[in-house]
Amino acid sequence: MRSNLDVMSSAALRSTTQRTTTPRAGGLRRSLGERLHKVASAAVTPLEPSDVLDLFNPLRRGAELRARIVAVHAETDDAATIELKPGKDWAGHIPGQYIRIGIDVDGRRQWRAYSLTHGPRPDRHISITVKAVPGGVVSQFLVHQAKPGTLVHLEQAAGEFVLDHTHHKLLFVTAGSGITPVIGMLRNLFPVTDSGVLGLDKLDQRSPSLSRGLDIVVVHLAPSEPQTIFRRNLTELHDSGAVTVIPRYDDVHGVFDVATLAELVPDLAERTTYACGPHGLLDALEAHHAERGLELYTEQFRVGAVEAGEGGTLSIAGQTLELDGATTILDAAEEAGVLMPSGCRMGICMGCILPLREGAVRDLRTGDVTVAVPGETPVAGLPVQTCISAAAGACTIEHKERVR
Amino acid sequence: MTVITKKPDSAIAHLTPEDIEELGRELDAIRQSVIDSRGESDARYIRRVIKTQRYLELGSRAVLLASMFPPAWVVGTAGLSVAKILDNMEIGHNILHGQWDWMRDPKIHSTVWEWDSASTAEGWKHSHNELHHTYTNIIGKDNDLGYGIMRVDEDQRWMPSSLLQPLFNFVNMLVFEYGIAAYDLELGRNLRLPKEKRPAEFAENVSKTLKKVRKQALKDYVVHPLLSGPSFLSTVAANLTANVVRNVWSHSVIMCGHFPEGVETYEKASIDPNETRGEWYLRQMLGSANISGSKAMHIMSGNLSHQIEHHLWPDLPSNRYAEVAPKVEALFEKYGLRYHSASMPAQVYSAWHKVVRLSLPNNWLATTKPSNLPSQLKVLWKMTRGSRAERRRLQQQLDLEAAYLA
Repeated sequence: MRSNLDVMSSAALRSTTQRTTTPRAGGLRRSLGERLHKVASAAVTPLEPSDVLDLFNPLRRGAELRARIVAVHAETDDAATIELKPGKDWAGHIPGQYIRIGIDVDGRRQWRAYSLTHGPRPDRHISITVKAVPGGVVSQFLVHQAKPGTLVHLEQAAGEFVLDHTHHKLLFVTAGSGITPVIGMLRNLFPVTDSGVLGLDKLDQRSPSLSRGLDIVVVHLAPSEPQTIFRRNLTELHDSGAVTVIPRYDDVHGVFDVATLAELVPDLAERTTYACGPHGLLDALEAHHAERGLELYTEQFRVGAVEAGEGGTLSIAGQTLELDGATTILDAAEEAGVLMPSGCRMGICMGCILPLREGAVRDLRTGDVTVAVPGETPVAGLPVQTCISAAAGACTIEHKERVR
Repeated sequence: MTVITKKPDSAIAHLTPEDIEELGRELDAIRQSVIDSRGESDARYIRRVIKTQRYLELGSRAVLLASMFPPAWVVGTAGLSVAKILDNMEIGHNILHGQWDWMRDPKIHSTVWEWDSASTAEGWKHSHNELHHTYTNIIGKDNDLGYGIMRVDEDQRWMPSSLLQPLFNFVNMLVFEYGIAAYDLELGRNLRLPKEKRPAEFAENVSKTLKKVRKQALKDYVVHPLLSGPSFLSTVAANLTANVVRNVWSHSVIMCGHFPEGVETYEKASIDPNETRGEWYLRQMLGSANISGSKAMHIMSGNLSHQIEHHLWPDLPSNRYAEVAPKVEALFEKYGLRYHSASMPAQVYSAWHKVVRLSLPNNWLATTKPSNLPSQLKVLWKMTRGSRAERRRLQQQLDLEAAYLA
């Protein structure tokens, strides 16, 4: 993937060089394109030319980023992998990253963030693996009802939870669907028997050192064996000797205790740890590793404890709403009919940030209060994540209701 | 018809305040049942209408590239007329009401939608959503009621200039999109004010509207005709025709909504500033009229054929009005109110009849027969040319005659 990105950036560099060496041709072409766009705009007003093109090819270059569902593969009873064909402008990803995906459930657009679970594939498709959370609007829909052919909305891949290739001895600690970014990394490193993944020979040619010399242990926690997504892939990787998988099932081994990690992984001290799972596990690991001075990278999957405050009056998009201390600004504003930007709805993806102009909001995960005072805090306001923030007294949030 | 509260036999005299609040609760329950069941099939409906409209408009404009051939002109013009009507009525009007905001689709949202009309979506939302729907049929407050120029009620003083209102209404019908744009700007009132007294945003709104008018005209009368090459002139004619057809249609549908005989109007002073939800509902119920007809008629009218239901709940998805209409009609019956519904020709006739009747002095039409036409015309002439006292005297005479005839 790294080399892939390098190729891309050098291609971009080349095209800029070309443009600078032949400025007149580029300028002419550009102005011709601009003129055509102007005529097209004048011909289809009040629509935009893109609205018309979307009728015929919503995945074209220059369109808003979308993807079409190509297939839905069941992983377990309540988990499925959604294979997507992204639009032409998809810029690729690094295994471990996630995407924000917007899908219409029951007629309503919902945005969520999911880890990409394949490395880059030769067919340029991407995939996410979703576990149906009880009561989860989007996850239940994606696992049980999503149909191939459906168009979804997309944002480019994001996230810092990616492999640092300077380390060779690695430990992954994953719990439940926390395996998803890690399986993406593993599938990219090793060709598992999945028709969508690059063959070993191709992988070696493109990036010969990618998986060479790596020593990887995966400690994976799940409620039980049948409920483990990617069980087959993990077993195959383990059997082929590519990685060592140490599964811990609650129903067999009891609930995992971080203190026993060193027993499972005797050379723990020599390894760099990547962990992904619920906040309880991550908090425990952070304390555990900090005590021993070990390196740890984490990706949180679920929102932590909710700490309610006193609530207050929220002014947003011309509306005044009375909020209690436990309702998020995002939920309350959507309920009032405001078109809000949103994403993971758990404080990770930063897709819902809006500026707080005045007043106070409370972070429901930590209880931290952010206060904006006109004249003291920046004129543009303090960015707050509306999906995990509740009103803490009167507050004003700037939002012009133009989502894109 | 006169202002409801002045009538001796008021249509709502038999209702107690408790009845009215109970009626409000029953209507709220109907509304809630629709809100609770909004979902995928509704979303699919509006997307399908939008898609159909876009294909129809593109297809029609493509056919019109060869508009110098008469069959292409006819097919293209018909298609474009329907496309423009769909854009304005079932799509634009309803999206701008926020009927589809619940989908959270940033492309189909009242805050971003723009339509094929001279008036800007922003200006229209203010004058229509805020003023007309809040102050429905309140004389002097609701500009939809005669657009602030026409005489729409017996209680408004008759002036000689009232005689011109059928002509005014006819011209307004032909250029309706510009009429709406002017009325969104409150052009009549603002131009009468000295420049420095006009609201600060007036100049800005005028420039936005002019920009919109220019863009619309450029598309229909320059760009599309130029793309048609040798069919330039016939494409101009086709676009002009489609715009006029759309204007006449939308004007007629809107006249049917509040103008037919028997629809109530209200006095500004009679409206309690603390009007309850039930009272507000009641005003909407009696101030609106429906058009009966086929499914196609409902779609082409933007479901304003369900004007009563639309006025009760302007923000419910238009495709659901048909389903709640029988429940609403049953409530009208239960509370002894008149559910005003008739075919399109009947309602259009009724509305025009009212426009003509009110262009004449009160009771003039009622007291006129073919046999006394010459003398009646003489009375009308005197009322038009005479002094205010003369006018008052002749009016009393007409009122007496009418009372005698009754």
